[in-house]
Amino acid sequence: MTKKLDRPMIKVEGLTKRFTLHQHGGARIGVFGGLDLEVKKGECVVLAGASGMGKSTLIRCVYGNYLTSGGSVKILHDGAEVDLAGATPQTILDIRRRTMGYVSQFLRVIPRVSTLQLVMEPLLENGVSAEEAEARARTMLASLKLPEAHWSLPPATFSGGEQQRVNIARSFVREYPILLLDEPTASLDAANRGIVVDLIKAALTKGSAMIGIFHDEAVRAAAATRFFEIESYKTAA
Amino acid sequence: MTTQAPPLLRVNRVSKWFGEIVGCRNVSFDLHPGEILGVVGESGSGKTTLLRCLSGKLEPTSGGAEFLSKRHGPVDIFQLGEQDRRRLQREEWGFVHQNPRDGLRMRVSGGANVAEPLMNLGGRHYGQMRQATTDWLERVELDISRVDHKPRNFSGGMQQRIQIARNLIHQPRLVFMDEPTGGLDVSVQARLLDLLRELVRDLQLSAIIVTHDMGVARLMADRLLVMKNGDVVETGLTDQVLDDAQHPYTQLLVSSVLQL
Ligand SMILES: Nc1ncnc2c1ncn2[C@@H]1O[C@H](COP(=O)(O)OP(=O)(O)OP(=O)(O)O)[C@@H](O)[C@H]1O
Ligand SMILES: Nc1ncnc2c1ncn2[C@@H]1O[C@H](COP(=O)(O)OP(=O)(O)OP(=O)(O)O)[C@@H](O)[C@H]1O
Ligand SMILES: [Mg+2]
Ligand SMILES: [Mg+2]
Repeated sequence: MTKKLDRPMIKVEGLTKRFTLHQHGGARIGVFGGLDLEVKKGECVVLAGASGMGKSTLIRCVYGNYLTSGGSVKILHDGAEVDLAGATPQTILDIRRRTMGYVSQFLRVIPRVSTLQLVMEPLLENGVSAEEAEARARTMLASLKLPEAHWSLPPATFSGGEQQRVNIARSFVREYPILLLDEPTASLDAANRGIVVDLIKAALTKGSAMIGIFHDEAVRAAAATRFFEIESYKTAA
Repeated sequence: MTTQAPPLLRVNRVSKWFGEIVGCRNVSFDLHPGEILGVVGESGSGKTTLLRCLSGKLEPTSGGAEFLSKRHGPVDIFQLGEQDRRRLQREEWGFVHQNPRDGLRMRVSGGANVAEPLMNLGGRHYGQMRQATTDWLERVELDISRVDHKPRNFSGGMQQRIQIARNLIHQPRLVFMDEPTGGLDVSVQARLLDLLRELVRDLQLSAIIVTHDMGVARLMADRLLVMKNGDVVETGLTDQVLDDAQHPYTQLLVSSVLQL
């Protein structure tokens, strides 16, 4: 039993990522090579490293948004390890729907869908009743202090910080076993950052496994259970 | 692991040549129930040709496509007799053309255009068909009071919405769309896309959408096929193909769009 609990939720082994820019004479950009990282339940691993080191790239590889150039990214999904490198698009979408949430810095707005609907969506997709989904979405939006007048509107016209809170609400409204956070607090004020830190801590207590990137010192210190220095995996090309 | 339902459509090395000219070459993929596949690529790359082959409108030069039919079970579309193929198109598929004129009957009213598929499927109960038509017109946000107007009296965007209702009213399992928002201006296009996105998710449809617009692909498709000169040069999860394109041609396609 303990053995099972200890299995990492994310297991990155020998991960290499490089880009080939065909638009620029086939220039190759090596980001990192041979990178190993394991994340267990209740852990929030905060990626450290200067701008351009590959923090976002690592998160995107774990989300299946970027392909890997070598090595593996294994996700514990339904009790089985799935290597994203060989997974079908259907499997990756299923992992994203049920196991792995991702908060990016920017919200990709879907023109006509209301904020409330957007936040309910992850719940509805996972079989939660409309009634319960709405109640939970409302609670989440209220806790993030998004004015109620905004809830029925699509977030297209919202301020950067408001959009970011919608993004956060979508990912924290249900308990994803894995959460990937790429600067989720970048456009928030101190009060709102504090609220997000509380959400992160609550999710960790419930056993989420997280990888996060935070530029704000206070948020980093409060959220991290461990730091991961990416620079040592830096490759030339 | 989750057990996945068998594919709805299995496409196996479909090629179409027009004499010396290649339409599409050796295209293979599976389409799963509820999945939306986007087909992107520049003009003349073979998108429409592929769609027309798969929807039984055009005989391929070689290859097979097995569809999991409600009526017949798994059948190769190209091996079906003409009559069975037409019935399949009528009962289990929809086809949304870029130009609504190609998908609508211009001489009968908008309402009749929407109701017709039900009548063709042997619908007899006038009241029920009328109700279904009204429901669908509402769903695609058309003014019910105009149900008796002819398609030419509607704007391009409205015609396209009539065409969509006409192609979904009989609850197909698979819908083919060729540039469904192509001829429309941007604001109308955005509304129509939202509508399509909602419908496709609500009805758990499978769809193959041809578009040269990467924004449309991003919004609608789960997975992309990128075509060039008749070949599929890249395929993958939509956001992966758009954010981390591998093939030089895909990189060119993605980089020529300002913001995705
Ligand atoms: N889609 C892409 N195509 C080509 N190069 C990319 C792509 N994404 C990232 N890169 C390159 O990979 C390197 C790492 O970028 P990344 O965004 O991961 O850095 P980061 O550590 O998150 O930096 P920051 O703190 O500034 O956000 C950079 O050189 C970047 O230009
Ligand atoms: N009936 C036909 N007879 C001869 N050649 C044809 C025929 N239909 C298509 N072609 C050719 O096949 C190639 C692929 O055409 P197709 O219409 O599939 O392109 P497409 O990707 O849909 O382009 P667009 O984005 O411009 O609609 C083109 O070179 C076209 O000229
Ligand atoms: Mg970054
Ligand atoms: Mg075409």
